[in-house]
Amino acid sequence: MSMTRPRSGDRVRWWTYALLALAAFACLFPLYWMFIVATTDTATATTLPPEIVPGGNFFHLAGLVFSTVPFVRSVVNSLVVAGTIGVGQAVLCALAGFAFAKLRFRGRDALFLLVVLTMTVPTQLAIVPQYMITSWLGWVDTLQALIVPGLANAFGIFWMRQHISSTISDEILQAARIDGASTWQIFWRVAFPLVRPAAFVLGLLGFVTAWNDFLWPFVVLKSPEMYTVQIAIKALQNSFNIDLGLAMSGSFLATLPLLVLFVFVGRRMVAGIMDGAFKG
Amino acid sequence: MTTSITPTTAGLPPAPPVEAARRGFTEIIAPYAYIAPFFLLFAVFGLIPLLFTFYVALFDWNPIGEHVFVGLDNFDRLLGDVRFWNAARNTVSIWLLSTVPQLLVALLLAHLLNHVRLRLAVFFRMTMLVPYVTSVAATAIVFVQMFDRDYGLLNWLLGLVGFEHIDFTQSVTGSHVLIAVMVTWRWFGYTTLLYLASLQAVPRAIYEAAAVDGAGNVRQFLHISLPALRPVIVFTIVTSTIGGLQIFTEALLVNRGAANTCGPIRQCQTLTLFLFEQGFIQFKFGYAAAIGVALFVMVVGFAGLNYFLSTRIRPVKG
Repeated sequence: MSMTRPRSGDRVRWWTYALLALAAFACLFPLYWMFIVATTDTATATTLPPEIVPGGNFFHLAGLVFSTVPFVRSVVNSLVVAGTIGVGQAVLCALAGFAFAKLRFRGRDALFLLVVLTMTVPTQLAIVPQYMITSWLGWVDTLQALIVPGLANAFGIFWMRQHISSTISDEILQAARIDGASTWQIFWRVAFPLVRPAAFVLGLLGFVTAWNDFLWPFVVLKSPEMYTVQIAIKALQNSFNIDLGLAMSGSFLATLPLLVLFVFVGRRMVAGIMDGAFKG
Repeated sequence: MTTSITPTTAGLPPAPPVEAARRGFTEIIAPYAYIAPFFLLFAVFGLIPLLFTFYVALFDWNPIGEHVFVGLDNFDRLLGDVRFWNAARNTVSIWLLSTVPQLLVALLLAHLLNHVRLRLAVFFRMTMLVPYVTSVAATAIVFVQMFDRDYGLLNWLLGLVGFEHIDFTQSVTGSHVLIAVMVTWRWFGYTTLLYLASLQAVPRAIYEAAAVDGAGNVRQFLHISLPALRPVIVFTIVTSTIGGLQIFTEALLVNRGAANTCGPIRQCQTLTLFLFEQGFIQFKFGYAAAIGVALFVMVVGFAGLNYFLSTRIRPVKG
């Protein structure tokens, strides 16, 4: 799917590379700069002309990060939240997508239309009642307040339905049915394994979104030991005036896990995003 | 921004059913059980809160005190509140500054990336997704530092070529530009990939024929690429409207001194930030809900208008 098709037969002009290189530089430079300040100190960040090579202060600053906020705990919290959401979306959206793609039931098309329509509703604006409901459930300052609402989403169902429709033939499902498999067994033993790559990409996108979510955790979380990484960075930023290196160091440490993940699965994420896009 | 990838409502193929050999009760309810989690979660954390917003907006609602029915008073106050109009102006300004350049840059880059003989294509594509995986809080901290008035890299460079330093965080225009830069940085690569995917569905023969007829790069772009991209452009315009009008995090993190107002003169307080300030700092839930309703109307209105306008753009003829 990711094969590049030609735009025209002619060669690539030099300015194509120049512009693409500029874009790549723009994407990477802020991260490089974050690393520079994270490895030197505030004094360097406020020196002109600025330093452009990393210093040797990283471990000192990282140590300060760990002692200023419960940083390790916040990384664990973020991993728990984003990991559960990623897995939850992959499984629950595959399950619903399977029902919409391959099962016959009354009201199916109307219900699917309803799923698609929910994508256009800006529910984030209802944050006050969302908080009230969370509070009634006794979930304020807990991780389930972040996890549960994100476990399934309309986009994921849409995505999995498309993949299941196009990858899985009816014959194979009929064969399983004839062998006496229940609907659940057909999903779990036959259908899900066949669409695992698509479910994996969906889970990754869910993971990244949950890891980087800010507004809802900021509203719901109160105590430092419940902080996710994003809220921990915000807490570090409060001491920004005292030490910029500290804030940068925390930002860098919070971004690092996703960069490492991206090195391993970035290709599949790129292919997945392009695969989910409009064709024609 | 809470955008996701690409929904199309059009062209749902009829789903061939799995015939049940014996359709016992469990088998009959199975499909409903499989789709139930989504509907349950959407109801509890999406729809009910949304409907409840409209209800709470009619009250003077203190989270730990009285709930007094006040009818449309909150809306009346809102329309006379200069802070509301300021936030509305800021929101629209930041949304336009972050969306228009983002989509134009993405169009250009997608066009450049869609070349068969391009070397390092995988590298360029992956690099453009790096901002998307970078957390928004980290992005804000590093950009605010780079745009700092006294020691920022950008102002240092401006100073070298003889310009005066710009105070990005404290001025109205400056802070809007700074937030727009952060939003654009984070999303342009993602949008580029969406556009590129659509471009790759265009058969190469069309471009070759155009090249044979003497159409250069620009004409090929205008007459082949752009029309092919129409559906995805409409989609990205609508989603970036929905996301862009709800900008919160970048605005919150720009001014650490006066975070909830985005600066002493509320120079970049967006409507979501104003909602947050009224609801979770001032604890005026009713008033905050009214802001939510106003923002809801704005988002739906602008998204609908954009959809209407962008589906009416016809490919350039000639």
